Amino acid sequence: MLHMIEHVFVEQNLVAAFAVVGALMLVSKVASRWLTAGRVHGSAIAIVLGLGLAYVAGLYTGGQKGVADLPVFAGIGLMGGAMLRDFAIVATAFEVDVVEARRAGLLGVLALALGTVIPFIVGALTAVAFGYTDAVSITTIGAGAVTYIVGPVTGAALGADSAVMALSIATGVTKAVMVMVGTPLVAKLIGLDNPRSAMAFGGLMGTVSGVAGGLAATDPKLVPYGALTATFHTGIGCLVGPSLFYLTVRAIVG
Amino acid sequence: MTIFGVALLALCTLIGVFLGDLLGVALGVKANVGGVGLAMILLIAARSWLLARGKLGGGIKLGVEFWSTMYIPIVVAMAAQQNVVAAVRGGPIVLIAATVSLLLCFACVALLGRFGRREPGEDAQVRHGGDVIGGGDASAQARPAEKV
Repeated sequence: MLHMIEHVFVEQNLVAAFAVVGALMLVSKVASRWLTAGRVHGSAIAIVLGLGLAYVAGLYTGGQKGVADLPVFAGIGLMGGAMLRDFAIVATAFEVDVVEARRAGLLGVLALALGTVIPFIVGALTAVAFGYTDAVSITTIGAGAVTYIVGPVTGAALGADSAVMALSIATGVTKAVMVMVGTPLVAKLIGLDNPRSAMAFGGLMGTVSGVAGGLAATDPKLVPYGALTATFHTGIGCLVGPSLFYLTVRAIVG
Repeated sequence: MTIFGVALLALCTLIGVFLGDLLGVALGVKANVGGVGLAMILLIAARSWLLARGKLGGGIKLGVEFWSTMYIPIVVAMAAQQNVVAAVRGGPIVLIAATVSLLLCFACVALLGRFGRREPGEDAQVRHGGDVIGGGDASAQARPAEKV
């Protein structure tokens, strides 16, 4: 019996994912209403639950893809994978107020520049503080602080050590997870309540998954504005990481 | 027809990602540069083009808006497949680099958001977008009285 249910889940994996995520959303919505009196967004709870499940599954399977490493939940991997995620992000652009987005265009560019430089400097300085002295390692760890894709792309281009690469990826993933969980907590404090600041937020935070999750948990109306700038972040990071940043670091540490 | 909306969305995504790849090659980067952002701009352009010609029918709208209402569930599925174990086990260097850069960036959002800020005379379009992306449950969101 159990085996047959498992078989259905494996065979119909995407359909099963819809049901599972729907159930998760329902539980979160109920929890939001009854446990927090609506103060914490249902989607914020759902995202934290998702991350929690990913942690448990990761411990259990030893894999890197959270719940999606379990065969019965393989559909979650497809549903939340880059393809459908990007598809849904593009769809949110349909709701964008063009005037508002254009008005904040320059701000978005400024945010992108700051959002690439600041994390890199912080990451690089942390690497130096922990005893790394070669330009390649420092640059790779710094790039990981930008996003978890910029890190390995930069590391691969520079021929970094695999332990350093792992550290770099972990930094980016940690940042993404912290953005997802932390954004709703600090949203009011940093004035994240309008399309303008959402565009600044997207450019500064970078990590598409972090921004996507953080804004969804904070206020859905801000999602397209943040996503619009965030999607340029990784590309820019990959552009300057192995070139400009590496050359600068090498000039400094010799 | 609904499929026209879905197909329009798919077409914009494909073209955008392709342009992002091209841009990556042109810049000599091993990554897609802003493909999704370009796709979003294409979709915005397509929407205004259709709207101006009065061709933005209910079917097309439904096809695109369905996918924006699925946005949050998809993000939840995305959260459920993150490598959280690696993040938790990363150790002090990871934690310090991530936390400090995050705090500095949050501070910058607060700073940048202040520039040219106008008092929030909230736009109907922005609010409608929030309702759709929030799960298409407009009636439930329009009842602030429920939030005690």
